[in-house]
Amino acid sequence: MIAILDYGAGNLTSVQLALSHLGADAFLAADATSAANADRIVFPGVGSAASGMAGVKARHFDRLLADAFEAGKPVLCVCLGMQMLLDSSEEDGFVASLGVIPGVVRKFSFADPEVKVPHMGWNTVEHDAKHPLWRGIPSGTAFYFVHSYFADASNASDVVGSTEYAGKQFASVLAKRNFFATQFHPERSGVFGMKLLKNFLDWEVSSCC
Amino acid sequence: MLLKRLIVCLDVRNKKVTKGVRFRDNIDLGDPVEMAKNYSLSGADELVFYDITASAENRPIDLEMVRRAAENIFIPFTVGGGIRSVEDMRAALLAGADKVSLNSLAVRRPEVLAEGARAFGRQCVVLGMDVRKNPDFPSQYQVVTCGGRHPENLDALEWARQAVELGAGEICLNAIDTDGVCAGYEMTITRLIAQNVSVPVIASGGAGEVSHLADVLTTGKASAALVASMVHTNRFTCAEIKVQLAACGIPVRMA
Repeated sequence: MIAILDYGAGNLTSVQLALSHLGADAFLAADATSAANADRIVFPGVGSAASGMAGVKARHFDRLLADAFEAGKPVLCVCLGMQMLLDSSEEDGFVASLGVIPGVVRKFSFADPEVKVPHMGWNTVEHDAKHPLWRGIPSGTAFYFVHSYFADASNASDVVGSTEYAGKQFASVLAKRNFFATQFHPERSGVFGMKLLKNFLDWEVSSCC
Repeated sequence: MLLKRLIVCLDVRNKKVTKGVRFRDNIDLGDPVEMAKNYSLSGADELVFYDITASAENRPIDLEMVRRAAENIFIPFTVGGGIRSVEDMRAALLAGADKVSLNSLAVRRPEVLAEGARAFGRQCVVLGMDVRKNPDFPSQYQVVTCGGRHPENLDALEWARQAVELGAGEICLNAIDTDGVCAGYEMTITRLIAQNVSVPVIASGGAGEVSHLADVLTTGKASAALVASMVHTNRFTCAEIKVQLAACGIPVRMA
């Protein structure tokens, strides 16, 4: 069973439908108790950092994710779900976040007024490291992004994929032990997005890393 | 590198995809979800479903179709037509749509753009605008509503700017004079708006050849090009369009 954490920010229909399409038994978990027994966790997100973190804390998902990290349970974080893994976000002033992966979430800022923010559309992801979730997905594959903030991870070793937008390189995929986090939306990224979700469902986290 | 998007538009009437010329003389083409699925597999980057008779029949958008699309299509899709309120937007998003396109409603009640952006984020709010050439307006283009039937006393560029200020996260700019004519996009107004707003502009209306897309994605400064007739008539597959765009040096996603 896959728990999709519903912390009140944004629409989770497409994540759930994509996982169901792959044959997974995916349900929306409204609090930590109902998610506790799931084999895998999806931490999705659309919305702002402040309301996202408030919703996460109110439902005790911060504790749930910390426990999942310790237990080695596979966790897939998407978009805002990825950003909340870092130490803090510059969105809404300053928002202290979960601190699973060291780093700060920053806003895109470009001197050229013709560069559009949010960064919206299909962009390519270059692999920075090998990972079981990359199986069958070549480096340079395009995925669908919609975001105005990006993860500035402190440790290069946590970055497994990166993307360039208007001359700016940013970490588009982070991974640490049993956590895998994408800035893009695999559930909206066509065949390769579905392949990544399938790889997540099949992921057996080994103890060695 | 951010890629240029190819968007396929499906106008839906009585649960069938339909296509007209200059918004008239429509013919039925097939089941929207089946067609959409095929387009998504052949390389479309995004889809738009317009329930083109919902407004005229004063009924909400066909949510059952939206739901069926969401169960079968795993690329972003926008829905429009028959959206009367933020509550209608919410219903469409919860049924699985990624974005909602507002057109006549936004002209009548511009605050709905702000309300939608506040409730769901501006990435969910697409301003659909239909424009027609009219030298009496500062940008030389005038906004028209109600599927092209109702001219508004509203300048196209002015409206685009105002809508973005209010909360539109993207603009789908449709030129009525060229719609369905397959003689090329309306380049002047597309470029003017794309250069003067901070959000992506989707060019719509007039694609007949791949060179039309190539022009609007380069000279026209559009982030995405919308097609309908070109692919509905089987003259091109999405994959063929992508191959030709790539050959023109335009960065696109190959399915």
